Amino acid sequence: MCLGIPGKVLESFDVNGLRMAKVQFGGIVREACLEYTPEAAVGDYVIVHVGFAISKVDEEEAARTYKLLEEMGQLGELEAPDAEDSAARGSGP
Amino acid sequence: MKYLDEYRNGEIARNLIQEIRRILTRSWVLMEVCGGQTHTIVKHGLDTMLPEGIELVHGPGCPVCVTSLELIDKAHAIARRPEVIFCSFGDMLRVPGSVCDLFTLKSQGADVRVVYSPLDCLKIARANPHKKVVFFAIGFETTAPANAMLVWRARREEVRNVSVLVSHVLVPPAITAILESPYNRVQGFLGPGHVCAVMGYEEYEPISARFKVPIVITGFEPLDLLEGTLITLRQLESGRAEVENQYGRAVTREGNKAAKQLVFSVFEIGDRKWRGVGAIPRSGYKLRPEFYDYDAERLFEVQEISTEEPAICISGQILRGIKKPHDCPAFGTLCNPEHPLGATMVSAEGACAAYYTYGRHLKEEVR
Amino acid sequence: MSEKAKGDLLGAACPVPIIDHKQIVLGHGSGGKLTADLVQKIFLPAFNNPYLERLDDQAVFHLNGTRLALTTDSFVVTPIFFPGGDIGRLAVNGTVNDLAMSGARPLYIAAAFILEEGLLTDDLGRISGSMQAAASEAGVSVVTGDTKVVNRGKGDQVFITTTGLGIIEKPVTISADRAQPGDKILLSGYIGDHGIAIMSQRENLEFEGAVESDTAPLHSLVAAMLEASLEIHCLRDPTRGGVATTLNEIAARSRIGMELEEREIPVREAVKGACEILGLDPLYVANEGKLLAVVAPEAASGVLEKMRAHPLGRGARLIGAVVAEHAPLVLMRTEVGGTRIVDLMIGEQLPRIC
Repeated sequence: MCLGIPGKVLESFDVNGLRMAKVQFGGIVREACLEYTPEAAVGDYVIVHVGFAISKVDEEEAARTYKLLEEMGQLGELEAPDAEDSAARGSGP
Repeated sequence: MKYLDEYRNGEIARNLIQEIRRILTRSWVLMEVCGGQTHTIVKHGLDTMLPEGIELVHGPGCPVCVTSLELIDKAHAIARRPEVIFCSFGDMLRVPGSVCDLFTLKSQGADVRVVYSPLDCLKIARANPHKKVVFFAIGFETTAPANAMLVWRARREEVRNVSVLVSHVLVPPAITAILESPYNRVQGFLGPGHVCAVMGYEEYEPISARFKVPIVITGFEPLDLLEGTLITLRQLESGRAEVENQYGRAVTREGNKAAKQLVFSVFEIGDRKWRGVGAIPRSGYKLRPEFYDYDAERLFEVQEISTEEPAICISGQILRGIKKPHDCPAFGTLCNPEHPLGATMVSAEGACAAYYTYGRHLKEEVR
Repeated sequence: MSEKAKGDLLGAACPVPIIDHKQIVLGHGSGGKLTADLVQKIFLPAFNNPYLERLDDQAVFHLNGTRLALTTDSFVVTPIFFPGGDIGRLAVNGTVNDLAMSGARPLYIAAAFILEEGLLTDDLGRISGSMQAAASEAGVSVVTGDTKVVNRGKGDQVFITTTGLGIIEKPVTISADRAQPGDKILLSGYIGDHGIAIMSQRENLEFEGAVESDTAPLHSLVAAMLEASLEIHCLRDPTRGGVATTLNEIAARSRIGMELEEREIPVREAVKGACEILGLDPLYVANEGKLLAVVAPEAASGVLEKMRAHPLGRGARLIGAVVAEHAPLVLMRTEVGGTRIVDLMIGEQLPRIC
């Protein structure tokens, strides 16, 4: 569980008092309910599950943690001797 | 697609695997809780990339698999009624009850419809004023806000011909039940990312402390799962046992306040039977009394339906991570997605079905 | 209340009844395992002849020194008008393609219509016009047909069955059992367009976004490919069940294994987005204007070049190779670097929430 996909809020509007939005996922646009992410504005990314945004993507946190992932490779090179040992121990395709 | 594609980067994946290999000194057994995480692992072949010392066992995070047989029978009884339009998420259509599944009922003339969002039921109800729309409200905590909103709005907009058959299940009691079992082998958990996006992860802290296991809240993309594995491993290798959050871009410790508020206005915690596992106290949501007029179980008087869970079914052991699909003599032969024998083969989400879909019954080791 | 499972499995049996399909369910029409089951258990035993046993999309036979190809297909798509086409165009192109996949030049089509009472005659006019336009484009004629009408509620507006006849002029034998280890697997372009275009019109699953059906006649693309080389062993258009199902069928018939590269398989952003939110796998989504070719290794680059020079093959890619090992499994190296088995689909792909 659970299929939650990140999408970009293109516009938001009210339907019978319920806050809805058009959210873009790759090349398609679908409606989603924004009641649970009142802070989400046009241009923000939200995680959508069964037609509801359940969380606003924290873009700063995403960028910060992704940068660490990218840097891991560079650190990995410094650790080269250990990495080779581990590679010899391990298995995989 | 932003926040998706970059988490499938092969080079970073390789680096994560390399780092995992570097710090691994012995074998460990980890459990990924969510069916969606299992799906990603098998679909991208992540377990074929991990070193042999790491064993991933698949958790009970498949709400479809764990819905009790009794509740499925109730669903079918309701769906058969001529005045009912029975709406459900796609996953539930092939789940067998004691006699058949919703697909079969549909082929026999029942009005069974797949919906993407629970709110679709309001539209269907308005368009069919002389019919009774019933929504099969299953899911873990992730889906509770959506299901709660259906009930909330039905009341608010005075849509009288819609009701819900509730089968919500909760993750913390499930993990606790797994850890309490004397057969438990799991040493660390990749926690449920989207459940925690809604609920936060405070409630996992006492579990981690009591059983001294790392619980790392993890996302659903390949890099999330590899990073979650690495973080869990770092804890295990250094003797720590804490709750950490790998999925920081979507999860905070407190969770989604607005969602939790509505969920607790509509639902309350109750006991629930889990298919293949049995009754776990205070492990599910049920409607609060003020919403009983939206409770399909009461409205359709199916409360008398009582089905005995089948005697020991290995899917219970698979759900608890004690066995793997391969350990079951029926896997891939007598039991397959077309003829599922138990919970974990029943939905596309279950461990056995995921294994089967990605061909694991055909080849023992894909390395 | 529940039946015992067949066979006592040392006490580990789950007495949840096995569901034997006593009635046809929608999954039987999806092109996956259930469909294959139906063919194996009912149709093959009933009709029992060497042509049918080949289980190709067309039958090829000799008649007085000429090789002819014969095929038939039914079209039941809903909605009947969809982004990129309609049921009529689909029917003509679909049949042209089944003929083209044997290397045949399509010539004649017979079209049978089952109309539901209440269908707008204007709609039937539009569909027929569409069929003629598609026929002209493909160089074929609709030469005979039939019309029946059924009561309201007994047919989804219109069902069309088209039967096609073509002539194979080149000295090629193209069949699902001809793949050999070392062969290369080519794909003519983006996958999943048609299935997603249809899905986008379905109730409760609608979305906006320009995903159009890729329905197109592939005979001239095939002709161009045959100009590059006659060493084309297999050709299939991956319709229902998608690329995954088609490749599995070839692997089973040829008794070989396959190894694919996920990153070489092109999927449009819009199709990808739709598949992500619905929980579908593009490998199993229908295509109506694409083909898969299994060609001898030395022919691969020449054929690929011809494909890319053709309007319907601009996005052609080399997506994998045929191997002797692990027959009949189709394996795929995932974009992230792991290995995955691409198996046959069971029944309908359903949108999932998990």
